Amino acid sequence: MMSSKLTGRRLWIAALVVPPIAFMCLFLVYPILSAFAYAFYEWRGLVRGDFVWFDNFHRVLFEYPFSERTINAFKHNIFVFFALMVLQNGVGFILAYCLWRELWGARFHRIAVFLPVVLSTVIVGLLWKLFYHPLFGAVNASLRAVGLGSLAQPWLGQDSTALTAIVVANAWHMVGFPTLVFLAGMQRIPSEILDAVRMETESEWVKMSKIVWPLVAPSATVVFTLLFVGAFNWFELPFIMAGVDGNPHEATDVLGLYFYRTAFGSMSASAENFGPGSALAVLIFLFIAVVSSVITVRLRRREIQL
Amino acid sequence: MRKGIDRGSFRTYGWDGLIQILLIGNSIVMLTPIVIMFFSAFKTNAQIFQSPFSIPDFTNVKSLLRVWNETDFLLYMSNSLIVTASSIALILILGTMAAYAIARYEFRGSGFILLFFLAGLTLPLKLAIIPLFIQMRDFGLIDSRLSLIFIYVATGLPTTVFILTGFIRSLPNELEDAARMDGANEARIMWSIMLPLVRPAMVIAAIQNVVPIWNDFFFPLIFIQNNNLKTLPQGLTAFMGEFGTDWGVLFSGLTLSALPIIILYIALSRQFINGMTAGAIK
Repeated sequence: MMSSKLTGRRLWIAALVVPPIAFMCLFLVYPILSAFAYAFYEWRGLVRGDFVWFDNFHRVLFEYPFSERTINAFKHNIFVFFALMVLQNGVGFILAYCLWRELWGARFHRIAVFLPVVLSTVIVGLLWKLFYHPLFGAVNASLRAVGLGSLAQPWLGQDSTALTAIVVANAWHMVGFPTLVFLAGMQRIPSEILDAVRMETESEWVKMSKIVWPLVAPSATVVFTLLFVGAFNWFELPFIMAGVDGNPHEATDVLGLYFYRTAFGSMSASAENFGPGSALAVLIFLFIAVVSSVITVRLRRREIQL
Repeated sequence: MRKGIDRGSFRTYGWDGLIQILLIGNSIVMLTPIVIMFFSAFKTNAQIFQSPFSIPDFTNVKSLLRVWNETDFLLYMSNSLIVTASSIALILILGTMAAYAIARYEFRGSGFILLFFLAGLTLPLKLAIIPLFIQMRDFGLIDSRLSLIFIYVATGLPTTVFILTGFIRSLPNELEDAARMDGANEARIMWSIMLPLVRPAMVIAAIQNVVPIWNDFFFPLIFIQNNNLKTLPQGLTAFMGEFGTDWGVLFSGLTLSALPIIILYIALSRQFINGMTAGAIK
């Protein structure tokens, strides 16, 4: 009696956990493990060939023309990461502080700053592409309207501004996310601590740097790590705004685009090439995994538990 | 003394004024692009180019009607609806099953199973797109909505299990124990006693998944080539190429695609904000 009840319970638990685990294994764990294996084979179209050890890695890292493109794209990812760190996370922190004061209208401003976050990257990309249009776009139109017509330029069409223009669109799209994560962190600071600080100093700067910033460290850890992963996975926005080749002249090429072109082919890179494509994927994956865990561990260490 | 207070309050007012200006400025930057998009949907090319910021004649719905009648907009929209709704339903069913078992029963390996799901939180599945492509081809799921649904379920489960496990753990034991005393079996306890209590957490989990799934562009780009199965973000890029020179139609297409989620967001902004930041706030 007892044992049959126990087996029944065990069956019931298994019935609950096995289907979701099976799903995860089939469509998440298995593909990621295979991605590692694929990088060590030669590929002819969709057919797997011989085991070639590290040939694919050698090609994407050290052989022309792969290596130049890898390094070019990697540099752009680094630029994107630091630019968004300022425009997205930095601005987000300042906005969070402003919203935290709960001034009149704060609720409206909170809803406004998060509104673009719910939009699809495709809508944001296409919209900003129209805004950046050299002749008819709203960006140049507003420059002309305020008498700065001489600054009007083809933002997406020239090497010097194209990547920055896409980064700005990304910051507009996503700045609400770090803002509200920081805001939640600030709202969790106990009011006794803030009252105590108010007794000690009138300086807003001291309060921010000595109390608020250290106490929102857990929020900072999360948004920094997510931005890092996002910046080195960056694909959809440059794909929509600059095209798969990272136009103009690969000035907006990033690892995500280069990986996609190598794997699935494009007008310029001809047919699909799964070997070097897989090697790139593995390298990007390892880079993200290693650096983001280092960031997380280091940032966690400075967090203060209340 | 009095002077000191005055000076202090003046300083506070000045500081608050500066903050208010910053916030208003930022909201203008956030909303202007969306307002221009909306206005331009009611304008002709000439009007858009000559006066991009003017308030249009809202009775001019020619461009909006063209999008509605001459493009596959409705088809794309319904495809997105089907894929999103099925994915969310499956995510909630499977996620609740796993979370309930982990949170309510003590069994060997439950800690490991939770860790297994949590590990999935950080895996960028995009980078495994080559093996996924070959796998889906072997399953015969290229150009099938199922490929998208399965992928979205696998990527949505980790956060869902994470949110639901925490919530289900916090539920009290009394009701469950009383029902067990009365001889109710485990399935009945779960279905009629515990699950009704989990609903608020399910709403959070659903919203957290709905936005990235509804907006996704990457996986349809790889798996869907058949026009009849394309989702809205994917269809939108095709349509932009087709009507490339008619900006009124382009802005109308963008407006119509953005409208459903904007309306939903304005109606449920609190839930959206809580849901979408739930994974990032401990």
